[in-house]
Amino acid sequence: MTRPGFVLEVDERTPPLLVHRGEGFGVQRFPLGTRVVYPPDSLPALPDVRGSIRHAIMNPLGSEPLPELLRPGMRLTIAFDDISLPLPPMNPPDVRQLVLEEVLELAARRGVEDVELLVANSLHRRMTGKEIEAVVGERVFRSFWPESLRNFDAEDPGGLTYIGQTDKGEDVEISRRAAESDLLVYVNINLVAMDGGHKSVPVGLGSYRSLRHHHNVNTMLHSRSYMDPPSSALHGSAARMGRLLADHLRIFTIETTLNNETFPREFGFLNRREWEWSLRDQAGYLAAKKANDAAPGRIRREVFRRIRAPYGVTGVHAGETEAVHEQTLANVHRQQKVEVSGQSDIMVVGLPYICPYNVNSIMNPILVMCLGLGYFFNMYVGRPLVRPGGALILCHPVPWEFHTVHHPSYVDFFEEVLAETTDPSQIESKFEEQYATDPWYVHLYRNSHAYHGVHPFYMWYWGAHALDHLGDVIFVGGDRRAVRRMGFRAASTFADALEMARERVGSSPTITYLHSPPLALAEVR
Amino acid sequence: MTVALELFRSVPRYLAARAVGERVPGLVAGPLAPLRLVNRDEPVPPAEGWGRVAPRLAGICGSDLATLSGRTSFYFSPLVSMPFVPGHEVVGDLFDDVEDLPAGTRVVIDPVLSCAARGLPPCSSCAEGSTGRCDRVTVGHVSPGLQTGYCADTGGGWSAMLVAHRSQLHPVPDALPDERAVLVEPLACAIHAALRGRPEPGDTVLVVGAGTVGILTLLALREFTDAGSIVVVAKHQGQRDLARRYGATEVVGPREAVSAVRRGSRAFRLQPERGGAFLLGGVDVGIECAGTRGSLDLALRTTRAGGRVVLAGLPVAGADLTPVWFRELEVMGAYASGMERVNGDRRSAFDLAMSVAAEVDLDGVLGATYPLGSWREAIDHAMSAGRLGTPKVAFDPREDS
Repeated sequence: MTRPGFVLEVDERTPPLLVHRGEGFGVQRFPLGTRVVYPPDSLPALPDVRGSIRHAIMNPLGSEPLPELLRPGMRLTIAFDDISLPLPPMNPPDVRQLVLEEVLELAARRGVEDVELLVANSLHRRMTGKEIEAVVGERVFRSFWPESLRNFDAEDPGGLTYIGQTDKGEDVEISRRAAESDLLVYVNINLVAMDGGHKSVPVGLGSYRSLRHHHNVNTMLHSRSYMDPPSSALHGSAARMGRLLADHLRIFTIETTLNNETFPREFGFLNRREWEWSLRDQAGYLAAKKANDAAPGRIRREVFRRIRAPYGVTGVHAGETEAVHEQTLANVHRQQKVEVSGQSDIMVVGLPYICPYNVNSIMNPILVMCLGLGYFFNMYVGRPLVRPGGALILCHPVPWEFHTVHHPSYVDFFEEVLAETTDPSQIESKFEEQYATDPWYVHLYRNSHAYHGVHPFYMWYWGAHALDHLGDVIFVGGDRRAVRRMGFRAASTFADALEMARERVGSSPTITYLHSPPLALAEVR
Repeated sequence: MTVALELFRSVPRYLAARAVGERVPGLVAGPLAPLRLVNRDEPVPPAEGWGRVAPRLAGICGSDLATLSGRTSFYFSPLVSMPFVPGHEVVGDLFDDVEDLPAGTRVVIDPVLSCAARGLPPCSSCAEGSTGRCDRVTVGHVSPGLQTGYCADTGGGWSAMLVAHRSQLHPVPDALPDERAVLVEPLACAIHAALRGRPEPGDTVLVVGAGTVGILTLLALREFTDAGSIVVVAKHQGQRDLARRYGATEVVGPREAVSAVRRGSRAFRLQPERGGAFLLGGVDVGIECAGTRGSLDLALRTTRAGGRVVLAGLPVAGADLTPVWFRELEVMGAYASGMERVNGDRRSAFDLAMSVAAEVDLDGVLGATYPLGSWREAIDHAMSAGRLGTPKVAFDPREDS
């Protein structure tokens, strides 16, 4: 029986607690009474993943078994989640590879010849051949790359099909290949509750024209949170689009969920609760910390980039999108949900080195903001962990550093847009269109490996709910210039940050530390 | 006798200043300066139509500093006569009656020593009113010298007395204070530079450099053209503030300039294997106002194909001219001033400058004045004017009397 997540109250016996700090980590003593939210222990992995995949596609939810949907002469497209999932990338074989192999074998046996595989990268950067191979495996890659295995291009005028509008007037435009297929199979990894469901096809294979209807400030302000789909305007919009698509296109969804085995053995201490650290864990922590602190930045980054998570697969479900996603969400909740009683004045998060948009890249300040105020702030169901007007303390160095190939529009966003305003609504109305349609960014998105010109805007909007909710955001150890540019405050130490936060929330604040990753989803009552 | 700062020929000082002047500007104001404070004979009016002028204020121009630090081209060597007294941005009092102007008239000087001043029939350029393009600047009544401030016979503004021809004299309205009047000459040059670029209504313009030339060029663009977006490249905070004050659409640092122009023009940006990035696309008009190789490169690399690049700063060698060829750029110089066409009328750039100086708040542009005796401090200050937030530094020879 796996232990559930729980909330620890810091007392005199509580050891210093592990805190992520970008490409580094350390231990930190928290004030007495601080609540620490720990995720549940890792769920047991499925013993036979291939068998589970076969079972799921032969016994789907709300759909005929996959073999019955396959026939000779048909056009089959298989789309799958891109490099943004899972985090960190998982040990081979990637579960997507296992699913793809099963589906492709089945299709071959059923005589399907017109098969294409699409990376559902939406407005994310194109994956390189090597990155795709790591996801789909050598066999699939060798058979399909590059003619029949490619990145989706949301800016290819000839490669998009306009489906129509939802009853709320939202344009739906997706990949032509997918839209004109007899069957679209979507293969996902549902790492957090935000992923999957109707968000997969309309977003992953959608164009800017389509995405702008839900990737905007208003929607994000009404997504409370976007980790809780029933309460998320983002998911409401995606669902409307998905249902419209389902009227035009046969979609067979295969969703997978992972457990919380986030870090490999050498970083095993990161997966465990501090007071349960064995001697080996303690030695591992000390050695890793010393080596990491002493290493030059380049080496440090390379070490973190090479981390592969030993994730276990906890569930595979297939069939009709909504029926599948219900099961998937239950699995995610089983792994991540933690009940928390009430909000606090201050929320503390240590931000790790990776987020969905800096795999094999650099976590620039905008991504840091998105990770903290977007992802971690929104890791709640019900109410945020911090009260309205409260303070969010984030631990991260926030280096003023960008990957110029992957994030060219981020550089300009940081230099031009944030220099003028940090208000998401103003940014949206004044700058979004210009960046989204900039031919240079479009060119780099299509031909290089750049995120779309509009992507930094979405990152900023991702934090809109937090910006609206919070009274203060303080980065411990953050580059002062970069933090100031984003409109936040920097503190040298955690103690300083607490002191600064007290100015805002009062002298005896309640504090909650979200001890993550591994991921925890707080159900705040 | 009159007190003056005299620039003299010194090969060792020239070589030393050229070698280290840019990196250690303090040395140019110190032991390396080929400049000395002297008592010398007052310059004598060489002919009818000339008179003496006692400078009230005389600005230190970027071209003066370039001369002191050995950064000017040898091209100029036959166009000057040594030793000379620098200083061509001058407001002063007329000491003699000169034709229609009585002694005591406060004047600014158009420094160009054109055919009229030299007692020659007008060359074709002078006949057109383009005195800056005069072909006779080495002959006539006075020694070779492209301008007052580079001629051994006329003296220059960095002294208590110079001589000037009636064609160079422009009376200053009483209401115009000296601190603004001393800016009339650089302002006239800036108007000339702005109009040389011929920006069409709505055209985008890049002004590279936000020293006096850059700021006044920006001002001229706003006053006399319908240019649209104007991006100014400024290094220092004081320059940025001034650029915003005088109507820049965007002010950026040198390192952000290519990105800023790219964003504004939605151009494509390419990165060569060596050297700075360049754009395919860019601004309609680039105006180089800093007089450095980097700033000229920047202007050439960010102006759209078929666009115009104006060299308002003193040109330097070494810029990569490939974009001129590949992008078919029109590259043009903007030297001194002359008659300009504004809204269909032909008017003297000095008259235009005088009206702008009277109407526009130029307070703060002249940031410091020094007596001639404190010339080392003055030059030192001027060499670091941008960093110190002082657009213009000037001599006040009256303080030496």
